[in-house]
Amino acid sequence: MASAHVFDRLSAFLDDELDPVASGEVSQHLESCPDCSAALARQRELGENLRRDLEYHRAPDLLRARVMRDLRAAGRRDAVRSGPAAQAWRWLGAAAAVIAVGGGTWIVATLPRERPDAATAREAVSGHIRSLMANHLTDVASTDQHTVKPWFSGRLDFSPPVTDFAAANYPLVGGRLDYLQDRPVAALVYMHRMHVINVFVWPMSDAHEGIAPALTQRGFHVIHGTRAGMAYWVVSDLNAEELAAFAQLLAAPSGKP
Amino acid sequence: MTHEESRETTGPEPHLSPRERERFDECVLPYLDAAYNLARYLLRDGHQAEEAVQEAFLRAIRHFGGFRGADGRAWILSIVRNTCFTQLRRRRSGGAMVEFDEEAHSLEAELSAPEADLARAIASESVHEGLGRLAAEFREALVLRELEGLSYKEIAHVMGVPIGTVMSRLARARKQLLLALGAGAKESV
Repeated sequence: MASAHVFDRLSAFLDDELDPVASGEVSQHLESCPDCSAALARQRELGENLRRDLEYHRAPDLLRARVMRDLRAAGRRDAVRSGPAAQAWRWLGAAAAVIAVGGGTWIVATLPRERPDAATAREAVSGHIRSLMANHLTDVASTDQHTVKPWFSGRLDFSPPVTDFAAANYPLVGGRLDYLQDRPVAALVYMHRMHVINVFVWPMSDAHEGIAPALTQRGFHVIHGTRAGMAYWVVSDLNAEELAAFAQLLAAPSGKP
Repeated sequence: MTHEESRETTGPEPHLSPRERERFDECVLPYLDAAYNLARYLLRDGHQAEEAVQEAFLRAIRHFGGFRGADGRAWILSIVRNTCFTQLRRRRSGGAMVEFDEEAHSLEAELSAPEADLARAIASESVHEGLGRLAAEFREALVLRELEGLSYKEIAHVMGVPIGTVMSRLARARKQLLLALGAGAKESV
Protein backbone atom coordinates (compact mmCIF):
# COMPACT_ATOMS: atom_id res chain seq x y z
CA MET A 1 0.00 0.00 0.00
CA ALA A 2 1.24 3.52 -0.75
CA SER A 3 2.59 5.56 2.16
CA ALA A 4 0.48 8.60 1.38
CA HIS A 5 -2.65 6.52 1.56
CA VAL A 6 -1.71 5.07 4.94
CA PHE A 7 -0.54 8.41 6.21
CA ASP A 8 -4.04 9.85 5.96
CA ARG A 9 -5.40 6.98 7.99
CA LEU A 10 -2.94 7.07 10.87
CA SER A 11 -5.10 9.40 12.90
CA ALA A 12 -8.15 7.14 12.66
CA PHE A 13 -5.92 4.09 13.23
CA LEU A 14 -4.67 5.70 16.43
CA ASP A 15 -8.26 6.29 17.56
CA ASP A 16 -9.17 2.68 16.75
CA GLU A 17 -11.84 3.95 14.38
CA LEU A 18 -10.85 2.07 11.20
CA ASP A 19 -12.79 -0.97 10.07
CA PRO A 20 -10.93 -4.27 10.60
CA VAL A 21 -9.80 -4.58 6.98
CA ALA A 22 -8.36 -1.07 6.78
CA SER A 23 -6.84 -1.43 10.22
CA GLY A 24 -5.10 -4.64 9.15
CA GLU A 25 -3.69 -2.94 6.08
CA VAL A 26 -2.28 -0.10 8.14
CA SER A 27 -0.73 -2.47 10.69
CA GLN A 28 0.94 -4.40 7.93
CA HIS A 29 2.28 -1.28 6.29
CA LEU A 30 3.65 0.06 9.58
CA GLU A 31 5.84 -3.00 10.00
CA SER A 32 7.81 -2.09 6.91
CA CYS A 33 7.63 1.72 6.91
CA PRO A 34 9.71 3.62 9.48
CA ASP A 35 8.38 7.01 8.30
CA CYS A 36 4.78 6.10 8.95
CA SER A 37 5.71 4.46 12.27
CA ALA A 38 7.45 7.65 13.36
CA ALA A 39 4.49 9.75 12.27
CA LEU A 40 2.16 7.53 14.28
CA ALA A 41 4.38 7.89 17.33
CA ARG A 42 4.29 11.68 17.04
CA GLN A 43 0.53 11.70 16.78
CA ARG A 44 0.27 9.44 19.79
CA GLU A 45 2.57 11.71 21.75
CA LEU A 46 0.53 14.73 20.70
CA GLY A 47 -2.61 13.11 22.06
CA GLU A 48 -0.91 12.35 25.35
CA ASN A 49 0.28 15.94 25.60
CA LEU A 50 -3.16 17.34 24.87
CA ARG A 51 -4.80 15.19 27.50
CA ARG A 52 -2.11 16.01 30.04
CA ASP A 53 -1.62 19.74 29.39
CA LEU A 54 -4.96 21.12 28.30
CA GLU A 55 -7.07 22.43 31.11
CA TYR A 56 -10.57 21.05 31.41
CA HIS A 57 -12.65 24.13 32.10
CA ARG A 58 -15.43 23.36 34.54
CA ALA A 59 -18.55 25.52 34.51
CA PRO A 60 -18.15 28.48 36.90
CA ASP A 61 -20.51 28.63 39.88
CA LEU A 62 -22.28 31.68 38.55
CA LEU A 63 -23.04 30.02 35.22
CA ARG A 64 -24.36 26.98 37.05
CA ALA A 65 -26.55 29.24 39.19
CA ARG A 66 -27.90 30.98 36.09
CA VAL A 67 -28.73 27.71 34.34
CA MET A 68 -30.39 26.38 37.49
CA ARG A 69 -32.40 29.57 37.73
CA ASP A 70 -33.55 29.19 34.10
CA LEU A 71 -34.52 25.61 34.86
CA ARG A 72 -36.48 26.59 37.94
CA ALA A 73 -38.21 29.31 35.97
CA ALA A 74 -39.13 26.83 33.24
CA GLY A 75 -40.67 24.61 35.89
CA ARG A 76 -43.10 27.30 37.01
CA ARG A 77 -44.25 28.93 33.85
CA ASP A 78 -47.10 30.89 35.36
CA ALA A 79 -45.08 32.25 38.21
CA VAL A 80 -42.46 33.45 35.78
CA ARG A 81 -44.98 35.12 33.54
CA SER A 82 -47.00 37.01 36.08
CA GLY A 83 -44.67 37.58 39.02
CA PRO A 84 -43.05 40.97 39.47
CA ALA A 85 -39.71 39.29 38.98
CA ALA A 86 -40.60 38.50 35.39
CA GLN A 87 -40.51 42.13 34.36
CA ALA A 88 -37.23 42.55 36.11
CA TRP A 89 -35.84 39.69 34.08
CA ARG A 90 -36.97 41.21 30.87
CA TRP A 91 -35.43 44.47 31.86
CA LEU A 92 -32.20 42.95 33.05
CA GLY A 93 -31.71 40.49 30.26
CA ALA A 94 -29.17 38.08 31.61
CA ALA A 95 -29.67 38.75 35.29
CA ALA A 96 -28.91 35.81 37.49
CA ALA A 97 -31.16 35.73 40.51
CA VAL A 98 -33.65 37.87 42.32
CA ILE A 99 -34.33 37.76 45.99
CA ALA A 100 -37.15 39.90 47.20
CA VAL A 101 -36.84 40.64 50.88
CA GLY A 102 -38.99 42.81 53.07
CA GLY A 103 -38.74 46.38 51.91
CA GLY A 104 -36.03 46.01 49.31
CA THR A 105 -35.23 43.91 46.31
CA TRP A 106 -31.74 42.55 45.85
CA ILE A 107 -30.33 41.42 42.62
CA VAL A 108 -27.40 39.29 41.64
CA ALA A 109 -26.83 39.98 38.02
CA THR A 110 -24.39 39.53 35.27
CA LEU A 111 -24.97 41.75 32.29
CA PRO A 112 -23.49 41.55 28.86
CA ARG A 113 -23.37 45.29 28.28
CA GLU A 114 -22.37 48.35 30.24
CA ARG A 115 -25.20 49.61 32.44
CA PRO A 116 -25.46 52.93 34.20
CA ASP A 117 -24.45 51.23 37.45
CA ALA A 118 -21.57 49.41 35.81
CA ALA A 119 -19.22 52.25 36.64
CA THR A 120 -20.14 52.02 40.32
CA ALA A 121 -19.76 48.25 40.22
CA ARG A 122 -16.34 48.67 38.68
CA GLU A 123 -15.33 51.10 41.40
CA ALA A 124 -16.63 48.72 44.04
CA VAL A 125 -14.63 45.84 42.56
CA SER A 126 -11.54 48.03 42.39
CA GLY A 127 -12.08 48.93 46.04
CA HIS A 128 -12.38 45.27 46.90
CA ILE A 129 -9.19 44.39 45.01
CA ARG A 130 -7.34 47.32 46.60
CA SER A 131 -8.33 46.15 50.05
CA LEU A 132 -6.86 42.72 49.35
CA MET A 133 -3.71 43.91 47.59
CA ALA A 134 -2.56 46.73 49.79
CA ASN A 135 -2.71 44.76 53.02
CA HIS A 136 -5.20 47.34 54.13
CA LEU A 137 -8.34 45.38 54.66
CA THR A 138 -9.44 47.12 57.82
CA ASP A 139 -8.80 50.39 59.65
CA VAL A 140 -10.63 49.07 62.64
CA ALA A 141 -10.25 45.36 63.16
CA SER A 142 -12.99 44.14 65.38
CA THR A 143 -15.66 41.53 65.33
CA ASP A 144 -17.74 43.68 67.64
CA GLN A 145 -20.34 45.75 65.87
CA HIS A 146 -20.42 48.07 68.89
CA THR A 147 -16.78 48.92 68.28
CA VAL A 148 -16.98 49.24 64.51
CA LYS A 149 -20.07 51.42 64.32
CA PRO A 150 -18.80 54.20 66.64
CA TRP A 151 -15.47 54.16 64.84
CA PHE A 152 -17.22 55.41 61.69
CA SER A 153 -19.18 58.10 63.47
CA GLY A 154 -16.25 60.48 63.86
CA ARG A 155 -15.09 59.91 60.30
CA LEU A 156 -18.19 60.01 58.12
CA ASP A 157 -21.15 62.33 57.92
CA PHE A 158 -23.51 59.38 58.11
CA SER A 159 -23.85 56.35 60.30
CA PRO A 160 -23.77 53.05 58.42
CA PRO A 161 -25.76 50.18 59.90
CA VAL A 162 -23.29 47.63 61.25
CA THR A 163 -24.39 44.13 62.15
CA ASP A 164 -22.35 41.05 62.87
CA PHE A 165 -23.62 37.88 61.18
CA ALA A 166 -21.26 35.44 62.88
CA ALA A 167 -24.19 33.26 63.86
CA ALA A 168 -24.88 32.67 60.17
CA ASN A 169 -21.18 32.10 59.45
CA TYR A 170 -20.60 35.54 58.00
CA PRO A 171 -18.60 37.14 60.80
CA LEU A 172 -17.82 40.84 60.78
CA VAL A 173 -14.05 41.32 60.85
CA GLY A 174 -13.79 45.08 60.72
CA GLY A 175 -14.35 48.29 58.85
CA ARG A 176 -12.42 50.94 56.96
CA LEU A 177 -12.93 54.09 54.99
CA ASP A 178 -12.93 53.96 51.25
CA TYR A 179 -13.64 56.42 48.48
CA LEU A 180 -16.27 55.61 45.84
CA GLN A 181 -18.48 57.72 43.62
CA ASP A 182 -16.48 60.81 44.56
CA ARG A 183 -17.28 60.52 48.23
CA PRO A 184 -16.01 58.82 51.36
CA VAL A 185 -17.92 55.64 52.06
CA ALA A 186 -17.99 53.02 54.78
CA ALA A 187 -16.48 49.65 53.90
CA LEU A 188 -17.61 46.82 56.16
CA VAL A 189 -15.56 43.68 55.95
CA TYR A 190 -17.01 40.22 56.47
CA MET A 191 -15.61 36.75 56.03
CA HIS A 192 -17.25 33.58 54.86
CA ARG A 193 -14.98 30.54 55.08
CA MET A 194 -11.79 31.89 53.48
CA HIS A 195 -13.54 34.50 51.36
CA VAL A 196 -13.45 38.22 52.07
CA ILE A 197 -16.64 40.18 51.51
CA ASN A 198 -16.53 43.96 51.21
CA VAL A 199 -19.75 45.89 51.78
CA PHE A 200 -19.60 49.49 50.64
CA VAL A 201 -22.29 51.68 52.19
CA TRP A 202 -23.28 55.28 51.64
CA PRO A 203 -26.47 57.32 51.76
CA MET A 204 -28.58 57.60 48.64
CA SER A 205 -30.55 60.82 48.57
CA ASP A 206 -33.09 59.74 45.97
CA ALA A 207 -33.07 56.20 47.22
CA HIS A 208 -36.17 54.50 45.99
CA GLU A 209 -35.94 51.05 47.42
CA GLY A 210 -36.02 48.41 44.81
CA ILE A 211 -34.37 47.10 41.72
CA ALA A 212 -30.94 48.27 40.78
CA PRO A 213 -28.81 46.35 38.33
CA ALA A 214 -25.44 45.00 39.33
CA LEU A 215 -22.61 43.24 37.62
CA THR A 216 -20.09 40.47 37.65
CA GLN A 217 -16.70 41.93 36.96
CA ARG A 218 -13.24 40.49 36.72
CA GLY A 219 -14.38 37.31 38.38
CA PHE A 220 -15.97 39.04 41.36
CA HIS A 221 -19.66 38.97 42.08
CA VAL A 222 -21.31 42.24 42.87
CA ILE A 223 -24.69 42.59 44.52
CA HIS A 224 -26.38 45.93 44.79
CA GLY A 225 -29.26 46.81 47.02
CA THR A 226 -30.91 49.87 48.46
CA ARG A 227 -32.48 49.91 51.87
CA ALA A 228 -33.51 52.56 54.37
CA GLY A 229 -31.84 55.37 52.45
CA MET A 230 -28.52 53.56 52.09
CA ALA A 231 -26.92 52.14 48.98
CA TYR A 232 -25.12 48.84 49.50
CA TRP A 233 -22.56 47.36 47.14
CA VAL A 234 -21.46 43.87 48.13
CA VAL A 235 -18.34 42.46 46.46
CA SER A 236 -16.64 39.09 46.85
CA ASP A 237 -15.18 36.15 45.02
CA LEU A 238 -17.59 33.99 46.97
CA ASN A 239 -20.00 32.02 44.80
CA ALA A 240 -23.17 33.83 43.80
CA GLU A 241 -25.55 31.76 45.87
CA GLU A 242 -23.72 32.19 49.15
CA LEU A 243 -23.18 35.85 48.44
CA ALA A 244 -26.89 36.22 47.75
CA ALA A 245 -27.62 34.52 51.07
CA PHE A 246 -25.37 37.07 52.73
CA ALA A 247 -27.13 39.92 50.94
CA GLN A 248 -30.38 38.56 52.28
CA LEU A 249 -29.01 38.86 55.82
CA LEU A 250 -27.92 42.42 55.14
CA ALA A 251 -31.29 43.33 53.71
CA ALA A 252 -33.12 42.26 56.85
CA PRO A 253 -30.60 42.43 59.69
CA SER A 254 -33.15 42.60 62.46
CA GLY A 255 -35.83 40.41 60.90
CA LYS A 256 -35.93 36.72 61.42
CA PRO A 257 -35.12 35.11 58.08
CA MET B 1 -27.80 32.74 9.31
CA THR B 2 -29.35 36.10 10.08
CA HIS B 3 -28.96 37.97 13.28
CA GLU B 4 -32.59 37.35 14.19
CA GLU B 5 -32.39 33.62 13.63
CA SER B 6 -29.27 33.25 15.65
CA ARG B 7 -30.61 34.92 18.74
CA GLU B 8 -33.45 32.84 19.92
CA THR B 9 -34.90 35.12 22.51
CA THR B 10 -38.45 35.04 21.26
CA GLY B 11 -40.69 32.05 20.83
CA PRO B 12 -42.63 30.12 23.43
CA GLU B 13 -41.75 30.56 27.08
CA PRO B 14 -39.55 27.67 28.04
CA HIS B 15 -41.49 25.19 30.09
CA LEU B 16 -40.67 21.81 31.54
CA SER B 17 -43.16 19.55 33.28
CA PRO B 18 -41.87 17.92 36.49
CA ARG B 19 -41.27 14.71 34.54
CA GLU B 20 -39.36 16.52 31.81
CA ARG B 21 -37.38 18.40 34.43
CA GLU B 22 -36.37 15.11 36.00
CA ARG B 23 -35.30 13.77 32.63
CA PHE B 24 -33.44 16.96 31.79
CA ASP B 25 -31.56 16.74 35.11
CA GLU B 26 -30.60 13.19 34.25
CA CYS B 27 -29.78 13.42 30.53
CA VAL B 28 -28.54 16.97 29.94
CA LEU B 29 -27.56 18.80 33.11
CA PRO B 30 -24.63 16.47 33.91
CA TYR B 31 -22.92 17.82 30.78
CA LEU B 32 -22.83 21.45 31.87
CA ASP B 33 -19.08 21.17 32.47
CA ALA B 34 -18.54 19.56 29.07
CA ALA B 35 -20.66 22.29 27.48
CA TYR B 36 -18.65 25.05 29.12
CA ASN B 37 -15.35 23.41 28.30
CA LEU B 38 -16.25 23.15 24.62
CA ALA B 39 -17.53 26.72 24.47
CA ARG B 40 -14.44 27.95 26.25
CA TYR B 41 -12.13 26.34 23.70
CA LEU B 42 -14.24 27.45 20.74
CA LEU B 43 -14.71 31.08 21.80
CA ARG B 44 -11.48 31.40 23.77
CA ASP B 45 -13.10 33.77 26.24
CA GLY B 46 -14.59 32.86 29.59
CA HIS B 47 -17.29 35.49 29.65
CA GLN B 48 -18.50 34.80 26.12
CA ALA B 49 -18.43 31.10 26.82
CA GLU B 50 -20.69 31.60 29.86
CA GLU B 51 -23.16 33.58 27.79
CA ALA B 52 -23.14 31.05 24.97
CA VAL B 53 -23.71 28.14 27.35
CA GLN B 54 -26.57 29.87 29.11
CA GLU B 55 -28.17 30.66 25.76
CA ALA B 56 -27.65 27.08 24.62
CA PHE B 57 -29.27 25.69 27.76
CA LEU B 58 -32.25 28.00 27.30
CA ARG B 59 -32.61 26.61 23.79
CA ALA B 60 -32.24 23.10 25.12
CA ILE B 61 -34.99 23.71 27.69
CA ARG B 62 -37.21 25.19 25.00
CA HIS B 63 -36.71 22.28 22.62
CA PHE B 64 -36.44 19.49 25.15
CA GLY B 65 -39.88 18.23 24.20
CA GLY B 66 -38.45 17.29 20.81
CA PHE B 67 -35.49 15.41 22.25
CA ARG B 68 -36.11 11.71 21.82
CA GLY B 69 -32.60 10.36 21.65
CA ALA B 70 -30.64 8.61 24.34
CA ASP B 71 -27.48 10.65 24.00
CA GLY B 72 -28.03 13.84 25.95
CA ARG B 73 -24.35 14.71 25.85
CA ALA B 74 -24.10 14.80 22.06
CA TRP B 75 -27.43 16.63 21.93
CA ILE B 76 -26.49 19.46 24.28
CA LEU B 77 -22.98 19.72 22.84
CA SER B 78 -24.39 20.15 19.35
CA ILE B 79 -26.60 23.00 20.58
CA VAL B 80 -23.63 24.56 22.35
CA ARG B 81 -21.35 24.32 19.33
CA ASN B 82 -24.00 25.77 17.02
CA THR B 83 -24.48 28.68 19.39
CA CYS B 84 -20.72 29.23 19.51
CA PHE B 85 -20.26 29.03 15.75
CA THR B 86 -23.02 31.54 15.24
CA GLN B 87 -21.06 33.92 17.44
CA LEU B 88 -17.81 33.12 15.67
CA ARG B 89 -19.32 33.74 12.26
CA ARG B 90 -20.63 37.06 13.43
CA ARG B 91 -17.13 37.88 14.65
CA ARG B 92 -15.43 36.70 11.48
CA SER B 93 -17.61 38.38 8.94
CA GLY B 94 -19.95 40.82 10.58
CA GLY B 95 -22.93 38.50 10.29
CA ALA B 96 -22.55 36.97 6.84
CA MET B 97 -22.59 33.22 6.58
CA VAL B 98 -19.18 31.71 5.86
CA GLU B 99 -18.89 28.01 5.30
CA PHE B 100 -15.89 26.32 6.78
CA ASP B 101 -13.59 25.24 3.97
CA GLU B 102 -11.15 22.59 5.10
CA GLU B 103 -8.99 22.98 2.02
CA ALA B 104 -8.67 26.71 2.54
CA HIS B 105 -7.61 26.10 6.15
CA SER B 106 -4.98 23.55 5.34
CA LEU B 107 -1.41 24.71 5.54
CA GLU B 108 0.49 24.68 2.27
CA ALA B 109 3.44 23.28 4.05
CA GLU B 110 1.61 20.29 5.34
CA LEU B 111 2.60 17.97 2.51
CA SER B 112 6.18 19.08 2.12
CA ALA B 113 7.21 19.71 5.71
CA PRO B 114 9.94 17.36 6.78
CA GLU B 115 8.17 15.47 9.50
CA ALA B 116 11.40 14.71 11.24
CA ASP B 117 11.84 18.40 12.09
CA LEU B 118 8.61 18.28 14.01
CA ALA B 119 9.80 15.69 16.45
CA ARG B 120 10.91 18.11 19.13
CA ALA B 121 7.88 20.25 18.49
CA ILE B 122 5.90 19.72 21.55
CA ALA B 123 8.38 20.88 24.12
CA SER B 124 8.91 24.42 22.90
CA GLU B 125 5.43 25.82 22.49
CA SER B 126 2.64 24.80 24.78
CA VAL B 127 -0.05 22.73 23.14
CA HIS B 128 -2.51 25.26 24.42
CA GLU B 129 -0.99 28.05 22.35
CA GLY B 130 -0.70 25.78 19.34
CA LEU B 131 -4.32 24.78 19.64
CA GLY B 132 -5.34 28.42 19.78
CA ARG B 133 -3.83 28.97 16.35
CA LEU B 134 -5.98 26.34 14.67
CA ALA B 135 -9.32 27.02 13.00
CA ALA B 136 -12.21 26.63 15.45
CA GLU B 137 -13.44 23.54 13.56
CA PHE B 138 -10.12 21.82 14.20
CA ARG B 139 -10.03 22.86 17.85
CA GLU B 140 -13.52 21.48 18.21
CA ALA B 141 -12.56 18.11 16.78
CA LEU B 142 -9.54 17.81 19.07
CA VAL B 143 -11.38 18.89 22.22
CA LEU B 144 -14.24 16.47 21.58
CA ARG B 145 -11.85 13.63 20.90
CA GLU B 146 -9.04 14.20 23.37
CA LEU B 147 -10.79 15.94 26.28
CA GLU B 148 -14.29 14.49 26.01
CA GLY B 149 -13.17 11.14 24.65
CA LEU B 150 -16.07 10.94 22.19
CA SER B 151 -16.19 8.34 19.44
CA TYR B 152 -16.19 9.44 15.80
CA LYS B 153 -19.87 8.62 15.63
CA GLU B 154 -20.61 10.84 18.62
CA ILE B 155 -18.45 13.64 17.23
CA ALA B 156 -20.28 13.35 13.91
CA HIS B 157 -23.55 13.72 15.81
CA VAL B 158 -22.32 16.83 17.64
CA MET B 159 -20.92 18.49 14.52
CA GLY B 160 -23.72 17.39 12.23
CA VAL B 161 -21.34 15.97 9.62
CA PRO B 162 -20.65 12.46 8.22
CA ILE B 163 -18.17 10.23 10.05
CA GLY B 164 -15.77 10.50 7.09
CA THR B 165 -15.58 14.24 7.67
CA VAL B 166 -14.78 13.69 11.34
CA MET B 167 -12.00 11.35 10.29
CA SER B 168 -10.40 13.78 7.85
CA ARG B 169 -10.91 16.77 10.14
CA LEU B 170 -9.15 15.06 13.04
CA ALA B 171 -6.32 13.92 10.79
CA ARG B 172 -5.84 17.46 9.52
CA ALA B 173 -6.21 18.96 12.97
CA ARG B 174 -3.44 16.75 14.32
CA LYS B 175 -1.13 17.43 11.42
CA GLN B 176 -1.69 21.15 11.67
CA LEU B 177 -1.16 21.18 15.39
CA LEU B 178 2.10 19.29 14.99
CA LEU B 179 3.07 21.79 12.33
CA ALA B 180 2.11 24.76 14.46
CA LEU B 181 4.13 23.40 17.34
CA GLY B 182 7.01 22.55 15.02
CA ALA B 183 7.05 26.01 13.52
CA GLY B 184 7.35 27.44 17.01
CA ALA B 185 10.28 25.15 17.69
CA LYS B 186 12.09 26.18 14.55
CA GLU B 187 11.60 29.87 15.17
CA SER B 188 13.13 29.58 18.58
CA VAL B 189 16.25 27.73 17.38
